[in-house]
Amino acid sequence: MDIAASILAEAVRAGTPLMLATLGEIYCERSGVLNLGLDGVMTVGALAGFAATWLTGSVWMGLIVAMLIGGLFSLIHGFTSISLGVNQTVSGLALAMLGTGISSLLGAKYVGLPLRDSLPVLRIPVLTEIPLVGGLFCHDPVVYLGMVISIAMWLILFKTRFGIIVRAVGEKPEAADAAGVNVYLVRYLCVFLGGVLGGLGGAYVTLSYTPGWREGVMMGRGWIALALTIFSLWNPLGSLIGAYLFGGVEVLQFHLQEYGVPASLLGALPYVSTIVVLVASSLGLLRKRLGAPAALGTPYRREG
Amino acid sequence: MEIGLERRPTVSRRINISARILAVLLSLPLIGLLFAAYGVNPIDAYLRIFTGAFGSPYGFSETIVKMLPIGLCAVGLTLAYRARVLNIGAEGQLIMGSMAATWVALYSGLPQSVTIVVMLLAGFILGAAWALLPALLKSRLNINEVIVTLMMNYISLKLLDYVVTGPWRGLTQWGFPQTDPFPSYARFPMIVGTRIHYYTLTLLLASTLVLYVLMKRTKIGYEVKVVGGNPEAAKYAGISVTKNILLVMLVSGGLAGVAGVGEVAGIHGRLIRGISPGYGYTAIIPTWLGGLDPLGVLVASFFISGLMVGGDTIQVSLRLPSSLVYVFNGMILLFIISSEVLARYRIVIKTGGRRIWI
Repeated sequence: MDIAASILAEAVRAGTPLMLATLGEIYCERSGVLNLGLDGVMTVGALAGFAATWLTGSVWMGLIVAMLIGGLFSLIHGFTSISLGVNQTVSGLALAMLGTGISSLLGAKYVGLPLRDSLPVLRIPVLTEIPLVGGLFCHDPVVYLGMVISIAMWLILFKTRFGIIVRAVGEKPEAADAAGVNVYLVRYLCVFLGGVLGGLGGAYVTLSYTPGWREGVMMGRGWIALALTIFSLWNPLGSLIGAYLFGGVEVLQFHLQEYGVPASLLGALPYVSTIVVLVASSLGLLRKRLGAPAALGTPYRREG
Repeated sequence: MEIGLERRPTVSRRINISARILAVLLSLPLIGLLFAAYGVNPIDAYLRIFTGAFGSPYGFSETIVKMLPIGLCAVGLTLAYRARVLNIGAEGQLIMGSMAATWVALYSGLPQSVTIVVMLLAGFILGAAWALLPALLKSRLNINEVIVTLMMNYISLKLLDYVVTGPWRGLTQWGFPQTDPFPSYARFPMIVGTRIHYYTLTLLLASTLVLYVLMKRTKIGYEVKVVGGNPEAAKYAGISVTKNILLVMLVSGGLAGVAGVGEVAGIHGRLIRGISPGYGYTAIIPTWLGGLDPLGVLVASFFISGLMVGGDTIQVSLRLPSSLVYVFNGMILLFIISSEVLARYRIVIKTGGRRIWI
């Protein structure tokens, strides 16, 4: 396999946690809630997934527990930003700190433990034979799941009634409310969903991409996913491109190391790219006169 | 009887302060649950934290030592948050300040008499410069400053890693990721018997006062508050939002940079990989806890630093991971912002024709 094909195949794995988290955040923001705590949610999911796999011996249990814990944990942000109506940026930040802190506090006893069970690799017949992109089709099920749900979530968001409701709640909550939509409920659902997918993305890191739990394992992936949410223009299909692109950047680091570039400087590559991507997408947004969901970050208060 | 919530007509200073104190008090039992989950008796843990931070002259002086970087970052952030510019990049700005000071101390070849002054200036300038890009991106392109400043933090950590393991790695350090020690003329003196480097302490107190006066008494402070309170109104009043965003970011970045200078020149005497155990992130807490008022923030910084010193104590004695401090930070921050909302409402109890407010 030549280098391009191997980078592509690895990029898909590296991009999967980013994609899952981005997809969740897209729904969250589409409903009007900005969850800057994503990095904390992913970290909590990463630990929950690893710990559950260690305790039960089943990586599937790990994934399920990670999703559940991720969803529940992000409901803290749901409560403060939806019910209390506090500043969402600060609340998200607090959630990020809390998630990182709790995970390393409770995770100390899992550091250095081996992964007891691992995800199977499913080779999809015929497709793996295609040159160059064949490498995309010999991965574990979570990678495929990411691909499938990004398409499914695009369909739901743009082609179903539920999708219309989510977007309406994020654009004009008063109008949605007047039409009989329970704005609070929809926002809570989307925040929960965001946490479920964030938790899953986090768990994919500790259960497959770099197996094992250690402090700082997320390496800012949650923050990168927040930038990818903007880059994708709040479109689930966009997250597919953005996440794989960033997966590519991550993999590229290791290949460039072979040419003598210091690893510490290469390690900055994803973060520099994030800023570049943010600049590029906001220039694009300005030109196309597109923007974030109109009610993003604004708490909804029913008058009266 | 009916119980409901209603908006307070005015929110007094006293209510705001009591709400904050209540928030901190409420967050402690919740963190106690985590202690318990860890197999540590929460009451024992809190007693140890308190005596560790305030119970001895040594603990007290160490609390002040930690208050220097935390306070400098927090006071700077106060100005930024007042303008509603959420600079989360104090950590990176602090690191860049420490790197600038290190270069001046070890490689600039400047005369000994000016070295310390130039170190402080260089620290301020590089700290401010590190805040410039997020400021420009926010003011010109409306890019979320939280994400950009965080990315700048990660980048500065990688740069720090690069210099202490590469070009600046000390020749006398047996391969440890740190630079050679600074010459004595590039070190800050300390109050005898403590590690309190009083140059930095003086700078902290001075900048707190200056910012207090600036915000209360000057046109600049007024403009910053208008930009933070109502950017639309600011535009109509002819106040430049861009100019104010740049101003508050450069000042807060610069002060964080000075905090970094204090750490290398006052505490470690060299640049090390772990130059900041998250001071820049921790500083966010006293900024909110102090109600975005420089004097309140200074007091809150002292309290939070005590919590950190006490946290260090129980990390050693109860073998808890160092990340404990982030749990405190996150929990307290969540409770503070929630309490701000609750402070704006009061509980009304209606019985018969009477209304009782709490």
